[in-house]
Amino acid sequence: MTTSTAAPRYNLYWFASPQTFYPLAGKLVPWFAGLAVVLTLIGLFWAAIGLAFNTRLSSMMATAIAPTGALMTFLALWTGALWGRPTWGAYWVWDARLTSELILLFLYLGFIALQAAIDDRRRADKAGAVLAIIGVINVPIIYFSVKWWNTLHQGASVSVKGSSMATTMLWGMLIMALAFWMYAIAATLYRVRTIILERERRADWVRELAAREAIK
Amino acid sequence: MNWGSWDAFWAMGGYGLYVWGSYAMVAAVLAVEVWMLRSRQRAAASEVVRQAARSQATEGARSKA
Repeated sequence: MTTSTAAPRYNLYWFASPQTFYPLAGKLVPWFAGLAVVLTLIGLFWAAIGLAFNTRLSSMMATAIAPTGALMTFLALWTGALWGRPTWGAYWVWDARLTSELILLFLYLGFIALQAAIDDRRRADKAGAVLAIIGVINVPIIYFSVKWWNTLHQGASVSVKGSSMATTMLWGMLIMALAFWMYAIAATLYRVRTIILERERRADWVRELAAREAIK
Repeated sequence: MNWGSWDAFWAMGGYGLYVWGSYAMVAAVLAVEVWMLRSRQRAAASEVVRQAARSQATEGARSKA
């Protein structure tokens, strides 16, 4: 633990100072990145299930997760650039972590575009699933990029063994990471409901919902 | 550190652009996504209701004939 200032731990105003907040904001960045990566893995999971067992809902889940994953990846790159400018002196460098994260964004956009370009839903699902399975190779590359290549990005600040961050910052980061997780889950569940309605609108159960005015 | 004025708060010790730039983009992206989610859901729901009404009308006409 590196607590540089001698402020009491329970002083909330200390937490509100730019001096403490500034590095905290920087530490948030990897969590967006992590979130994007884990969403990819979940998307891949559903895509693979859909491909293997031909289940409709798993493909819908994969489709529903992709836009939120793309947005989170974009936010990771954006906040990372704003953190990098004062810290590294550059908004962007072709560093291993940054570049692999950018590729992740392109994979998300490619997934969305590919699905949108194919009219036949089941073919679109299959094509998307194959792309997701190939794209997942990027996830370990992002994770290990700070170890494999000795470029600008620092190594992991937080691990199972402990953290190199100040306690207040660590808590702030964990709370914000949890908050964004909850947001991502909520957004994905909301979107998958819409996709279900769009695809199953001729099904009896959807019509019964409509008759009972219970669609919302 | 506490801020003596609003100006000092917005300046964030000289890092205002970076701190508020991050906040602004996160807020904008989340707002846009929520708005898109809601409008898409409403469109899908109203389409279902419209179709249900149409098919009920056809069934009604058929049973009369």
